[in-house]
This record gives sequence, C-alpha cells and structure tokens, in this order.
Amino acid sequence: MALEALRVNRLRSALTMLGVIIGVSAVVILVAIGTGAKDAIEDEISGLGSNIILVVPGQLNFQAAPTQSRLDLADVAYVRRVVGDPGQVTVSVQSGESMRVGRNEAFVTIVGTDENIPNVFDRPLKRGRYLTESDIDTRRRVAVLGSEVSGQLFGDLDPVGRQATIAGVRFRVVGVYDKVGATFGVARDREVHIPVTTAQRLLGVQRVNGIAIGASGPDVIDSLGKKVVDALVARYPGEKFSAVTQTQLLGTIGTVLGMLTGVLAAIAGISLLVGGVGVSNIMLVSVRERTKEIGLRKALGARQRDVLGQFLIEAVLLTTIGGLIGIALGVGGSLLIEALSPVPASITLWSILLAFGVSVVVGVFFGVAPARRAGRLDPVVALRSE
Amino acid sequence: MTAFEAAGLTRSYQLEGVTVDALRGVDLTIGDGEFAAIIGPSGSGKSTLMHLLGCLDRPTSGVLKVGGVDVSTLDDTQLAELRNRMIGFVFQSFHLLARTSALDNVALPLVYRGVAKAERRAKAREALTAVGLAHRLDHRPSQMSGGEQQRVAIARALVGDPQVVLADEPTGNLDTRNGDEVMGLLERLNADQGVAIVLVTHEPEVAVRARRQIHVRDGLIERDVA
Repeated sequence: MALEALRVNRLRSALTMLGVIIGVSAVVILVAIGTGAKDAIEDEISGLGSNIILVVPGQLNFQAAPTQSRLDLADVAYVRRVVGDPGQVTVSVQSGESMRVGRNEAFVTIVGTDENIPNVFDRPLKRGRYLTESDIDTRRRVAVLGSEVSGQLFGDLDPVGRQATIAGVRFRVVGVYDKVGATFGVARDREVHIPVTTAQRLLGVQRVNGIAIGASGPDVIDSLGKKVVDALVARYPGEKFSAVTQTQLLGTIGTVLGMLTGVLAAIAGISLLVGGVGVSNIMLVSVRERTKEIGLRKALGARQRDVLGQFLIEAVLLTTIGGLIGIALGVGGSLLIEALSPVPASITLWSILLAFGVSVVVGVFFGVAPARRAGRLDPVVALRSE
Repeated sequence: MTAFEAAGLTRSYQLEGVTVDALRGVDLTIGDGEFAAIIGPSGSGKSTLMHLLGCLDRPTSGVLKVGGVDVSTLDDTQLAELRNRMIGFVFQSFHLLARTSALDNVALPLVYRGVAKAERRAKAREALTAVGLAHRLDHRPSQMSGGEQQRVAIARALVGDPQVVLADEPTGNLDTRNGDEVMGLLERLNADQGVAIVLVTHEPEVAVRARRQIHVRDGLIERDVA
C-alpha cells in the first residue's frame, strides 16, 4: 500500500529520495577516502620496518625547524654501549649529490651509514652485498645503490663491480637494493648507501644526522628509546634528544586522520539530515493533499494508528530506498575513485551500516510529525476538505 | 434490535468564538432493516445528524446507541472498529481511491478488519458482482462512469456486512438515469439482504422512495413520516 502511494508520485518520490541518496553516498564515499588515506599512510609507516627507534637531536615536533645535529661517531659508539647490542644500531649522514656513470647523471640522496643496515631496516638486496665493517674502518669508496638509481645509471646492466662518480669522487658499486618504494615522500629507491666514514670525508663533516636502533621486540621499544635519550641527555646536559618510534608515528597520524574521517562523515551526515527535512516536508504536503483519503479511510474503520502507520511506513520506505540507492552509488563511487584517481578509497562496513541506519532513523524521525498529523485528522473535517 | 437509538442528541460548534447549535435535541430510533430518509434543506443539521449516526463525530450532549452500544463509552479506536463492523458509508462524491482498482477499493474496509488478502479479494469480488460490476474488477475509478463509481462505493459499503448503510446524497452527483439505478440498487439491497438504509438527501423525489421520511429543520426533527 505504501509502495503504491510512492509509485503514484514517482517524480516527487525520486526528488525526495535524492536528498537521502546524496547524503548516504557522500557518507560512504568520504569515509572511504578518509579510511583509504589512513590505510595508505599506515602502510608506509609500517614499510619502514618494525621495532625501529630513530634517535635525533632536538625536540621533535611539527612546528620547529630541525635542530642542527651535534652527534658524531663517538656518540654513536656511546649509544652502542648504552643499547648493549652494537649490531642493532646504525647511523646516517645524508646529503643530496649528483652521481654519474659515463654520460648518465642522476641526482641521488647519499646516505653515509654502516654494516648494520640489514639488522635494523627491512632492506633486502637484489644483487651484490651490503656495506661491511671493513668498508667503514678503511673508508672504502664503495656504494650500494637503490633500485631506481641503478636503473637510471646502468639501465639493464648489472652494476655490481662497476664504477660511478659521486661529487667528483670515484666509487665502486658493491650491491643493489630491492625496490622498496617511497615513505613520506622520501624516495628510498633513490638512495645510495656509502660507508659513514667515507661520507663524512666526502661531505667535510664530523656530524651524523641520526641514529637508528632496532629493538628486539615491540615491548621494549619505549623503554629502550627512553634509555638512549636519557643517556644522551646525561652526556650533554641541557640539550634535548628525541626518540621517534613507529608506534608513535602511527598513533599521531592515526589520530589526525581518524579525526579527519570523522569530520568528513559529519559533513556528509549534515546533508543526510537535510535530506530528512526534505522527506518531512514532502510527507506534510502529502498528508495535506490526501486529507480526503485519510477521512475516507477513517470512515471505513481505520484507527489512528493505522493511518499513522501508513504515513510512517511511506516516509521510512522513502528513506530506506534512498539509503539503499545511496549505498550503491557510494560503493560504486568509491570503487571508481580508487580505480581512476590516485586518491585511495577503502570502503568500510561501519560507514555503510551507519549511513543506512541513519537514513532509516531520519525516515522515522522526520516521518513521525506528518504521520501523527494524519492520524489525528478529524474524519468529518477531512471528508469535507476539497 | 435497533440500529440507532438517539435521545436528546445535541451538537454545537465553536465558529470564531460564536457557538452554533447544529442539532438541538433529537430523539430518533431507527430499527433493523428500515429504509429511512433524512430530509431537510442545507443547514438544517441533517449532515451533522448523519455524522453522529455514522460515529464520525461525537454528540455534545444526549445519548446515542449504535447497535445497542452507547458510543460515549467508546474511545476513538473502539469507535473506528464500530464504524468498520456496523456501518457502511456511501458519499455524494463517491470517495474512491483514484489510482486503485475497483476490487481493492471495495476490499479496503476489510484491510482494517485484519482480513487476509485472498479472502478480502474474494469478498470484494462477491460484493462487486452483487452490484452488477463483475466485469469491472480491475478498472480504476477514472475508467468508470459516475453511476458505476457509485455502485463500487455501494459494494464497498456492503463488503463488511454492516447493519446499516449511511448514504449521504448518493444521487447528488449523478444524472437522473444513473441516480435512479443507484436508488434501485439500494432498495434491492434493503429488500433482499435486510440491510437498514439511512439516506440523507435534500431532494424530495429521492426521499419518497424510502419507506420513512424524517424531516429535519433548524436542528430538530420537524416531522417523521412512516
């Protein structure tokens, strides 16, 4: 019976549903985009490798400029002693340099580091070998290339054993890393790893930019980070050092992105509410238009609750059908965005259920007032109306 | 057993602060199987009386018993159920649902009685056959003549086996021939099925076809001619 009433006024029903359709699909799509962004960033962070602590000078926050490093190799040795497992500590000195092989030139990130890279990071080799302790000790001019650098400079050739020039100095390639992708816009496949001692001489510095520690398990990350920071503060009283863990990054970024998703959902929710007002409006018009019908139904024995139920069901049916169409559009739209644009979109069940639930509730909520009005109409007055 | 029993029935309205006494004390008894016409000029109170008899409205004072039940003891829901079981309505302007087939229009009162769909349709078909519209089951009101529409309305009034049919100017929107046919149908129902019929009209030539004429004027029964 209610379906029939909606069919009779097809255009009006469709327009009324449109508000709900737009609202529901907006909720589904925006939440999918928010969730997709969050997933993508969390993936990147996890890609760094698990259980890593980055120790950097200064206080880490998003407003302050990076502090000039005061750490040097002696401090690295000190941190190794504090950690107790020297193999789990590695170091980095970074600089952007140009690298040439014959006529090929590439702008790369030179990372001065040591033999502990594979212990701390998840950085598998494609060919050759990692840096070794003797490379560091004897300041050998050897390099391990990121996969993109290898491709740019050597093409399909195997670079291992070949020569390359970094900032005018000749190096021998000893290894090539597997492709690992970018992390936070840091193109790790554009890195070239050379011994930290060689890098310091090449760049003319004594400093190191940061120290990375691989913790033995997730449960010791926080305590180990604090221990190292405390030890460095004890060594350099009055200065600040920070230990950044993956969990912290995940937590902070997760919170920010979760809020973003919530805000997006709330905005979409408002449009759903507006859709509900539309439903209410149309139902009021419908009650007025069908006053005579209501009077007749009452004369034939319809009770107040029969009439109320009839109009309430119509309102809920409008929003439910609108909600289902909105879900279909939202899911389709999310899949399209995922497929056709760089924006990641990940459809979540909770957003679908929430949007649908809200649209049904909106139907009940905004349908009740018109339906009650219909139910309470005086049959004599209703029958007389023209 | 009596269909209606009214004593000292009054009904007054508040219209913009002024009290209008539409009925000023009506005593009336209509027995089972009677065929009565309530006749009077417009503004006489005959429509108000019909609304009260049809339990669409409640009296301001006085006692009204429908089928022996004092309506003042019933709440709105019980009143709706009483209408559904006891009374069939026929209106001047038919009041059929426009986009609904004759069959479903006739079945409507049974919806509110909680009758299952198959049974509803079977009874509606029976009722439509009784008014000579067995060939029009699936037609919509817009596809039928005024006379046919009124016969659908009569079928709807009868489908629930009421004790009384209240017909409010049933011929008012029809030409003479169709009006005649509708009156004939009502007479036949009264004679064959023993349904009491209360006809409200302002046309004396329609009223004389009833076996009893109740003349209403200025909110009172002026004459009651059997």
